[in-house]
Amino acid sequence: MSSFEIALILGMAVITFVIRYTLFAVGHRVRFNPLVARALTYVPVAVLTAIVAPIMLMPDGDGLQLTLDNAYLVGGVAAILIAARWRNLLATIAGGMLCFFLWRWFYG
Amino acid sequence: MSRSRELLLGMRDTIPMLVGALPFGIVFGTLAVSSGLSISATLAMSALVFAGSAQFVAASLVASGAGLVVILLTTLIVNLRHALYSASLLPHVRHLPQRWRVPLAFWLTDESFAVVHRHYLLDKGPLEHKHWYFLGSCLAMYSVWFVCTLVGVLLGQALPGLADWGLDFAMVATFIGIVVPLLRNRPMIIAALVAGGTAVLAHGLPYQLGLMLAALLGVVAGVLAEHAAGRERLTVPEVE
Repeated sequence: MSSFEIALILGMAVITFVIRYTLFAVGHRVRFNPLVARALTYVPVAVLTAIVAPIMLMPDGDGLQLTLDNAYLVGGVAAILIAARWRNLLATIAGGMLCFFLWRWFYG
Repeated sequence: MSRSRELLLGMRDTIPMLVGALPFGIVFGTLAVSSGLSISATLAMSALVFAGSAQFVAASLVASGAGLVVILLTTLIVNLRHALYSASLLPHVRHLPQRWRVPLAFWLTDESFAVVHRHYLLDKGPLEHKHWYFLGSCLAMYSVWFVCTLVGVLLGQALPGLADWGLDFAMVATFIGIVVPLLRNRPMIIAALVAGGTAVLAHGLPYQLGLMLAALLGVVAGVLAEHAAGRERLTVPEVE
Protein backbone atom coordinates (compact mmCIF):
# COMPACT_ATOMS: atom_id res chain seq x y z
CA MET A 1 0.00 0.00 0.00
CA SER A 2 1.24 3.48 -0.77
CA SER A 3 1.47 6.09 1.98
CA PHE A 4 -1.46 7.88 0.31
CA GLU A 5 -3.57 4.74 0.62
CA ILE A 6 -2.64 4.22 4.27
CA ALA A 7 -3.53 7.82 5.12
CA LEU A 8 -6.74 7.52 3.10
CA ILE A 9 -7.95 4.34 4.80
CA LEU A 10 -6.93 5.34 8.32
CA GLY A 11 -8.51 8.77 7.84
CA MET A 12 -11.77 7.33 6.52
CA ALA A 13 -11.82 4.67 9.25
CA VAL A 14 -11.30 7.20 12.06
CA ILE A 15 -13.88 9.68 10.70
CA THR A 16 -16.49 6.96 10.18
CA PHE A 17 -15.90 5.38 13.60
CA VAL A 18 -16.01 8.71 15.43
CA ILE A 19 -19.36 9.53 13.77
CA ARG A 20 -20.80 6.15 14.73
CA TYR A 21 -19.34 5.83 18.22
CA THR A 22 -19.43 9.29 19.85
CA LEU A 23 -23.03 9.06 21.08
CA PHE A 24 -22.63 5.42 22.15
CA ALA A 25 -19.51 6.42 24.13
CA VAL A 26 -21.23 9.22 26.01
CA GLY A 27 -24.14 6.97 26.85
CA HIS A 28 -26.55 9.39 28.44
CA ARG A 29 -29.34 10.73 26.33
CA VAL A 30 -28.05 13.55 24.18
CA ARG A 31 -30.21 16.58 23.62
CA PHE A 32 -29.53 17.81 20.14
CA ASN A 33 -30.25 21.40 19.37
CA PRO A 34 -33.76 21.10 17.83
CA LEU A 35 -32.62 22.63 14.55
CA VAL A 36 -29.67 20.22 14.30
CA ALA A 37 -31.93 17.27 15.11
CA ARG A 38 -34.39 18.40 12.46
CA ALA A 39 -31.62 18.88 9.89
CA LEU A 40 -30.13 15.45 10.65
CA THR A 41 -33.39 13.69 9.78
CA TYR A 42 -33.02 14.97 6.21
CA VAL A 43 -29.38 13.91 5.78
CA PRO A 44 -29.95 10.26 4.70
CA VAL A 45 -32.56 11.19 2.09
CA ALA A 46 -30.52 14.14 0.77
CA VAL A 47 -27.18 12.30 0.58
CA LEU A 48 -28.46 9.04 -0.88
CA THR A 49 -30.63 10.85 -3.45
CA ALA A 50 -27.68 13.08 -4.40
CA ILE A 51 -25.59 9.96 -5.06
CA VAL A 52 -28.30 8.14 -7.04
CA ALA A 53 -29.83 10.91 -9.21
CA PRO A 54 -26.75 11.62 -11.40
CA ILE A 55 -26.14 7.89 -11.94
CA MET A 56 -29.74 7.43 -13.13
CA LEU A 57 -30.05 10.57 -15.24
CA MET A 58 -26.52 10.86 -16.64
CA PRO A 59 -24.86 7.42 -16.44
CA ASP A 60 -22.07 8.37 -18.85
CA GLY A 61 -21.23 11.42 -16.76
CA ASP A 62 -21.83 14.02 -19.46
CA GLY A 63 -25.27 15.47 -20.16
CA LEU A 64 -28.76 14.24 -19.38
CA GLN A 65 -29.79 10.94 -20.97
CA LEU A 66 -33.56 11.02 -20.74
CA THR A 67 -33.89 8.29 -23.35
CA LEU A 68 -35.36 4.79 -23.43
CA ASP A 69 -31.97 3.19 -24.03
CA ASN A 70 -30.78 4.45 -20.64
CA ALA A 71 -31.19 1.27 -18.58
CA TYR A 72 -30.16 3.07 -15.36
CA LEU A 73 -33.14 5.39 -15.76
CA VAL A 74 -35.61 2.65 -16.66
CA GLY A 75 -34.38 0.31 -13.88
CA GLY A 76 -34.32 3.17 -11.38
CA VAL A 77 -37.88 4.25 -12.17
CA ALA A 78 -39.00 0.62 -11.87
CA ALA A 79 -37.25 0.36 -8.46
CA ILE A 80 -38.93 3.60 -7.29
CA LEU A 81 -42.37 2.32 -8.32
CA ILE A 82 -41.81 -1.05 -6.63
CA ALA A 83 -40.52 0.63 -3.45
CA ALA A 84 -43.45 3.07 -3.36
CA ARG A 85 -46.01 0.31 -3.88
CA TRP A 86 -44.65 -2.46 -1.60
CA ARG A 87 -42.07 -0.75 0.65
CA ASN A 88 -40.06 -3.92 0.55
CA LEU A 89 -36.30 -3.63 0.14
CA LEU A 90 -35.73 -7.11 -1.23
CA ALA A 91 -38.47 -6.70 -3.86
CA THR A 92 -37.07 -3.29 -4.80
CA ILE A 93 -33.52 -4.53 -5.31
CA ALA A 94 -34.49 -7.75 -7.08
CA GLY A 95 -37.19 -6.12 -9.25
CA GLY A 96 -35.04 -3.10 -10.08
CA MET A 97 -32.05 -5.21 -11.06
CA LEU A 98 -34.21 -7.56 -13.12
CA CYS A 99 -35.67 -4.61 -15.06
CA PHE A 100 -32.21 -3.11 -15.47
CA PHE A 101 -30.59 -6.22 -16.89
CA LEU A 102 -33.57 -7.18 -19.05
CA TRP A 103 -33.67 -3.66 -20.48
CA ARG A 104 -29.95 -3.68 -21.11
CA TRP A 105 -30.14 -7.04 -22.78
CA PHE A 106 -33.15 -5.91 -24.83
CA TYR A 107 -31.42 -2.75 -26.05
CA GLY A 108 -27.91 -4.20 -26.07
CA MET B 1 -34.93 -15.54 24.21
CA SER B 2 -31.48 -17.10 24.50
CA ARG B 3 -28.33 -15.40 23.22
CA SER B 4 -27.79 -17.80 20.34
CA ARG B 5 -31.42 -17.52 19.26
CA GLU B 6 -31.19 -13.71 19.24
CA LEU B 7 -27.91 -13.93 17.29
CA LEU B 8 -29.38 -16.25 14.66
CA LEU B 9 -32.59 -14.22 14.43
CA GLY B 10 -30.53 -11.05 13.83
CA MET B 11 -28.66 -12.81 11.04
CA ARG B 12 -31.85 -14.20 9.51
CA ASP B 13 -33.66 -10.84 9.53
CA THR B 14 -30.65 -9.27 7.76
CA ILE B 15 -30.85 -11.65 4.78
CA PRO B 16 -32.89 -9.22 2.59
CA MET B 17 -30.18 -6.60 3.14
CA LEU B 18 -27.49 -9.11 2.21
CA VAL B 19 -29.12 -9.60 -1.20
CA GLY B 20 -28.45 -5.92 -1.91
CA ALA B 21 -25.00 -5.94 -0.31
CA LEU B 22 -23.88 -8.92 -2.36
CA PRO B 23 -23.68 -7.28 -5.80
CA PHE B 24 -22.84 -3.94 -4.15
CA GLY B 25 -19.74 -5.45 -2.47
CA ILE B 26 -18.66 -7.31 -5.60
CA VAL B 27 -18.96 -4.12 -7.64
CA PHE B 28 -17.01 -2.17 -5.05
CA GLY B 29 -14.15 -4.69 -5.21
CA THR B 30 -14.11 -4.52 -9.01
CA LEU B 31 -14.45 -0.76 -9.34
CA ALA B 32 -11.99 0.14 -6.57
CA VAL B 33 -9.18 -1.77 -8.25
CA SER B 34 -10.03 -0.32 -11.67
CA SER B 35 -10.09 3.15 -10.02
CA GLY B 36 -6.42 2.73 -9.15
CA LEU B 37 -6.55 1.44 -5.55
CA SER B 38 -4.28 -1.50 -4.80
CA ILE B 39 -5.85 -4.85 -3.90
CA SER B 40 -4.64 -4.63 -0.30
CA ALA B 41 -6.01 -1.08 0.06
CA THR B 42 -9.38 -2.17 -1.37
CA LEU B 43 -9.65 -5.05 1.12
CA ALA B 44 -8.38 -2.91 4.01
CA MET B 45 -11.02 -0.30 3.24
CA SER B 46 -13.84 -2.85 3.44
CA ALA B 47 -12.39 -4.31 6.65
CA LEU B 48 -11.60 -1.03 8.46
CA VAL B 49 -13.99 1.61 7.12
CA PHE B 50 -17.02 -0.62 6.42
CA ALA B 51 -19.27 2.04 4.89
CA GLY B 52 -20.43 1.08 1.40
CA SER B 53 -21.60 4.38 -0.04
CA ALA B 54 -18.59 6.30 1.32
CA GLN B 55 -16.25 3.63 -0.06
CA PHE B 56 -17.88 3.91 -3.49
CA VAL B 57 -17.62 7.67 -3.54
CA ALA B 58 -14.01 7.50 -2.30
CA ALA B 59 -13.06 5.07 -5.08
CA SER B 60 -14.59 7.34 -7.71
CA LEU B 61 -12.72 10.31 -6.21
CA VAL B 62 -9.43 8.38 -6.30
CA ALA B 63 -10.10 7.64 -9.98
CA SER B 64 -10.65 11.34 -10.67
CA GLY B 65 -7.37 12.22 -8.93
CA ALA B 66 -8.86 14.08 -5.95
CA GLY B 67 -6.66 14.92 -2.96
CA LEU B 68 -6.78 13.34 0.48
CA VAL B 69 -8.54 16.24 2.21
CA VAL B 70 -11.35 16.30 -0.36
CA ILE B 71 -11.95 12.55 0.01
CA LEU B 72 -11.96 12.70 3.82
CA LEU B 73 -14.32 15.68 3.83
CA THR B 74 -16.67 13.81 1.48
CA THR B 75 -16.51 10.76 3.77
CA LEU B 76 -17.56 12.97 6.66
CA ILE B 77 -20.59 14.35 4.77
CA VAL B 78 -21.68 11.02 3.32
CA ASN B 79 -21.43 9.23 6.70
CA LEU B 80 -22.90 11.96 8.89
CA ARG B 81 -26.25 10.18 8.77
CA HIS B 82 -24.80 7.48 11.03
CA ALA B 83 -24.81 9.94 13.94
CA LEU B 84 -28.58 9.93 13.63
CA TYR B 85 -28.67 6.14 13.66
CA SER B 86 -26.57 5.94 16.81
CA ALA B 87 -28.79 8.58 18.45
CA SER B 88 -31.86 6.45 17.65
CA LEU B 89 -30.30 3.24 19.01
CA LEU B 90 -28.70 4.84 22.06
CA PRO B 91 -31.56 4.07 24.50
CA HIS B 92 -31.17 0.38 23.65
CA VAL B 93 -27.40 0.10 24.08
CA ARG B 94 -26.55 2.55 26.87
CA HIS B 95 -26.79 -0.19 29.52
CA LEU B 96 -24.06 -2.21 27.76
CA PRO B 97 -20.36 -2.11 28.71
CA GLN B 98 -17.98 -0.33 26.30
CA ARG B 99 -16.62 -3.66 25.05
CA TRP B 100 -20.05 -4.10 23.43
CA ARG B 101 -20.65 -0.50 22.43
CA VAL B 102 -17.34 -0.10 20.55
CA PRO B 103 -17.84 -3.00 18.11
CA LEU B 104 -21.57 -2.35 17.68
CA ALA B 105 -20.79 1.28 16.77
CA PHE B 106 -18.03 0.21 14.37
CA TRP B 107 -20.46 -2.13 12.60
CA LEU B 108 -23.40 0.30 12.44
CA THR B 109 -24.54 0.53 8.79
CA ASP B 110 -27.71 1.67 7.00
CA GLU B 111 -28.73 -1.96 6.62
CA SER B 112 -28.15 -3.16 10.19
CA PHE B 113 -29.71 0.03 11.55
CA ALA B 114 -32.89 -0.59 9.56
CA VAL B 115 -33.15 -4.20 10.76
CA VAL B 116 -32.13 -3.65 14.40
CA HIS B 117 -34.17 -0.50 14.95
CA ARG B 118 -37.26 -2.31 13.70
CA HIS B 119 -36.57 -5.20 16.07
CA TYR B 120 -36.28 -2.89 19.07
CA LEU B 121 -39.51 -1.13 18.06
CA LEU B 122 -41.59 -4.24 17.44
CA ASP B 123 -40.29 -6.56 20.18
CA LYS B 124 -41.19 -4.92 23.46
CA GLY B 125 -39.64 -7.72 25.53
CA PRO B 126 -36.80 -7.10 28.01
CA LEU B 127 -33.51 -5.75 26.63
CA GLU B 128 -31.54 -8.57 28.26
CA HIS B 129 -30.14 -10.36 25.21
CA LYS B 130 -31.21 -8.07 22.40
CA HIS B 131 -27.69 -6.84 21.76
CA TRP B 132 -26.98 -10.36 20.47
CA TYR B 133 -29.58 -9.70 17.77
CA PHE B 134 -27.73 -6.45 16.93
CA LEU B 135 -24.45 -8.40 16.86
CA GLY B 136 -25.91 -11.09 14.59
CA SER B 137 -27.10 -8.50 12.07
CA CYS B 138 -23.69 -6.78 12.13
CA LEU B 139 -21.69 -9.99 11.74
CA ALA B 140 -23.82 -11.06 8.78
CA MET B 141 -23.33 -7.69 7.05
CA TYR B 142 -19.62 -7.45 7.84
CA SER B 143 -18.67 -10.94 6.69
CA VAL B 144 -20.73 -10.69 3.49
CA TRP B 145 -19.31 -7.25 2.73
CA PHE B 146 -15.72 -8.38 3.15
CA VAL B 147 -16.12 -11.65 1.25
CA CYS B 148 -17.94 -9.87 -1.60
CA THR B 149 -15.21 -7.25 -1.84
CA LEU B 150 -12.69 -10.08 -2.16
CA VAL B 151 -14.83 -11.83 -4.79
CA GLY B 152 -15.13 -8.53 -6.69
CA VAL B 153 -11.36 -8.03 -6.67
CA LEU B 154 -10.77 -11.59 -7.92
CA LEU B 155 -13.53 -11.39 -10.54
CA GLY B 156 -12.15 -8.06 -11.73
CA GLN B 157 -8.80 -9.76 -12.31
CA ALA B 158 -10.38 -12.72 -14.10
CA LEU B 159 -12.87 -10.75 -16.21
CA PRO B 160 -11.35 -7.38 -17.10
CA GLY B 161 -14.61 -6.17 -18.71
CA LEU B 162 -16.72 -6.70 -15.56
CA ALA B 163 -16.62 -3.04 -14.59
CA ASP B 164 -18.70 -2.27 -17.71
CA TRP B 165 -21.49 -4.75 -16.97
CA GLY B 166 -23.52 -2.22 -15.00
CA LEU B 167 -23.43 -4.13 -11.71
CA ASP B 168 -23.17 -0.72 -10.05
CA PHE B 169 -26.92 -0.54 -10.56
CA ALA B 170 -27.15 -2.70 -7.41
CA MET B 171 -26.11 0.38 -5.41
CA VAL B 172 -28.79 2.49 -7.12
CA ALA B 173 -31.51 -0.09 -6.38
CA THR B 174 -30.39 -0.48 -2.75
CA PHE B 175 -30.40 3.26 -2.08
CA ILE B 176 -33.80 3.67 -3.76
CA GLY B 177 -35.12 0.88 -1.52
CA ILE B 178 -33.83 2.75 1.54
CA VAL B 179 -34.90 6.27 0.50
CA VAL B 180 -38.40 5.79 -0.95
CA PRO B 181 -40.01 4.47 2.28
CA LEU B 182 -38.57 7.55 4.07
CA LEU B 183 -40.49 9.91 1.76
CA ARG B 184 -43.53 9.98 4.01
CA ASN B 185 -44.26 13.71 4.00
CA ARG B 186 -43.88 16.74 1.79
CA PRO B 187 -40.68 18.16 3.35
CA MET B 188 -38.89 14.80 2.83
CA ILE B 189 -40.00 14.71 -0.81
CA ILE B 190 -38.85 18.31 -1.30
CA ALA B 191 -35.47 17.49 0.29
CA ALA B 192 -35.04 14.55 -2.11
CA LEU B 193 -36.06 16.56 -5.20
CA VAL B 194 -33.77 19.50 -4.34
CA ALA B 195 -30.83 17.20 -3.51
CA GLY B 196 -31.31 15.10 -6.65
CA GLY B 197 -31.82 18.14 -8.92
CA THR B 198 -28.78 19.95 -7.51
CA ALA B 199 -26.61 16.85 -7.82
CA VAL B 200 -27.50 16.56 -11.52
CA LEU B 201 -27.07 20.28 -12.27
CA ALA B 202 -23.80 20.54 -10.32
CA HIS B 203 -22.37 17.26 -11.60
CA GLY B 204 -19.71 19.08 -13.61
CA LEU B 205 -18.13 20.66 -10.52
CA PRO B 206 -14.75 19.20 -9.56
CA TYR B 207 -14.03 17.03 -6.49
CA GLN B 208 -17.61 15.86 -5.86
CA LEU B 209 -18.43 19.41 -4.73
CA GLY B 210 -21.74 18.82 -6.48
CA LEU B 211 -22.56 16.01 -4.06
CA MET B 212 -21.77 18.14 -1.01
CA LEU B 213 -23.70 21.11 -2.37
CA ALA B 214 -26.66 18.85 -3.21
CA ALA B 215 -26.71 17.26 0.25
CA LEU B 216 -26.52 20.67 1.91
CA LEU B 217 -29.25 22.27 -0.21
CA GLY B 218 -31.46 19.18 0.19
CA VAL B 219 -31.24 19.37 3.98
CA VAL B 220 -31.87 23.14 3.99
CA ALA B 221 -34.86 22.72 1.66
CA GLY B 222 -36.31 20.00 3.89
CA VAL B 223 -35.93 22.10 7.05
CA LEU B 224 -37.44 25.16 5.36
CA ALA B 225 -40.37 23.15 3.96
CA GLU B 226 -41.01 21.67 7.39
CA HIS B 227 -40.85 25.12 8.94
CA ALA B 228 -43.40 26.41 6.41
CA ALA B 229 -45.68 23.43 7.04
CA GLY B 230 -45.27 23.89 10.80
CA ARG B 231 -46.99 27.26 10.59
CA GLU B 232 -50.12 25.43 9.54
CA ARG B 233 -49.96 22.55 11.99
CA LEU B 234 -47.57 22.60 14.90
CA THR B 235 -46.28 19.04 14.85
CA VAL B 236 -42.53 18.73 15.05
CA PRO B 237 -41.34 15.16 14.50
CA GLU B 238 -39.20 14.16 17.46
CA VAL B 239 -35.88 12.44 16.94
CA GLU B 240 -35.77 9.47 19.27
